[in-house]
Amino acid sequence: MALATRTERSPSLIGSVWRSTVGKKTIMAVSGALMLGYLIAHLAGNLKVFFGADDFNGYAHWLRTIGAPILHHGWFLWLVRPVLLAAVVLHGITAYQLSRRDRAARPHKYVHQRQRQSYATRTMRWGGVILTLFIVWHILDLTTLTVNERAEEGHPYENLVASFNTWYGNTIYITAMVAVGLHVRHGLWSAAQTLGMNSARSDRALKATANGLALVMTCGFISIPVSVMLGLVD
Amino acid sequence: MRLTLRIWRQHGPDEPGVMTTYEVDGISEDMSFLEMLDHLNEELILGGDEPVAFDHDCREGICGACGMVINGQAHGPERTTTCQLHMRHFTDGDTIDIEPWRASAFPVIKDLVVDRSAFDRIVGSGGFISAPTGSAPEAHATPVPKAVADLAFENAECIGCGACVAACPNGSAMLFTSAKVVHLNVLPQGGPERESRVLDMIDTMDAEGFGGCTNTGECATACPKGIPLHSIATMNREYLRATIKGGQRRNS
Repeated sequence: MALATRTERSPSLIGSVWRSTVGKKTIMAVSGALMLGYLIAHLAGNLKVFFGADDFNGYAHWLRTIGAPILHHGWFLWLVRPVLLAAVVLHGITAYQLSRRDRAARPHKYVHQRQRQSYATRTMRWGGVILTLFIVWHILDLTTLTVNERAEEGHPYENLVASFNTWYGNTIYITAMVAVGLHVRHGLWSAAQTLGMNSARSDRALKATANGLALVMTCGFISIPVSVMLGLVD
Repeated sequence: MRLTLRIWRQHGPDEPGVMTTYEVDGISEDMSFLEMLDHLNEELILGGDEPVAFDHDCREGICGACGMVINGQAHGPERTTTCQLHMRHFTDGDTIDIEPWRASAFPVIKDLVVDRSAFDRIVGSGGFISAPTGSAPEAHATPVPKAVADLAFENAECIGCGACVAACPNGSAMLFTSAKVVHLNVLPQGGPERESRVLDMIDTMDAEGFGGCTNTGECATACPKGIPLHSIATMNREYLRATIKGGQRRNS
């Protein structure tokens, strides 16, 4: 009898990743890291608001000219948007599926309840929901300008000031930025753990990085509406 | 000392259970927690009641048989197994809540006894090495650096008690599975099954209905053997490496 000499085919990479909990968390970690990277760049750009309308509007214009002349006006942004959308959608779907699974794995609550996890850890799921709703609001407010009453196309600085001159604009934004900080605090360290980058040596450094970045992001983003409220930016 | 115990009583796997209150007196602070339950059971038997069922075996903290959630903490307030928890950690007049491990992968059989055979099936799917039978190989034929041996041993300390699953808000078995995977994957003897081991064991873990890891760290805090949380990171790294390499599963 002849022996089979062909090597067996492994199941497809995407299929096996999607089927396993560890694989799904890898997708969460990578999509989260992608969004975090975007957010850091977004914060750096936003802080230009402190250098005045010309700087800020000039920066907004420059974003549309990235990649010129090979990319047409605004194409760079349109290349980034589907990637970000895919990251948000994949992050959300995997979070939903994993959460459903987690709840099913612990159907009975303990009679004697103890609160042990940190606030950031406990609020990951609801924080994610808040952030999803905020993204929708934020795009309607400052990209499509649908809900921003005094907005004008092509004047991002003035639109920003207009949005932060409303109480609801400030409330929504500040709430969401606190949620971002909490989400990053647990999420960054978790992503490192999921991607296998954590070790006994790097654990403290990673936690410090996550906490530091979370604080910088929340304070950085919130400084903008606060400055508008205080009249430092107008 | 005198204690009020509120214990989960459940006659069988499909019966409804309820927290039942018992008063016990004459408890010495030198008793172990299990001896305190033995004391209660003797009184229950004398009174014609059914004793509280709980798992136990070695009673010296090395077998992993015992385990119950005491006041919401797996194995109680000390970082040890329930059998090595002593009553001196409680005070006279305390009310103590005693519940079984809670996870859908660990169904309650009776009272505080749960079915932990899901762990056996995880180990059966990859927690072994293939070695030729016959005379034992020369011990120094395969050198293992001290640091690697220590790492393997740190993870080999897992006794499979299930406290990690009980403590995890998601009923996840990641700490247990990672201890088993890391223990063998870092050693040269575990090398031939390095990829199939992690893939198969995670597949089995998922199939048994354990939840996923949300990095709350509850498991490592509850673990009586101190399996570190970064063992989970190491297992994740092994999983990604095996997946990218296209490693074969043995169980597919």
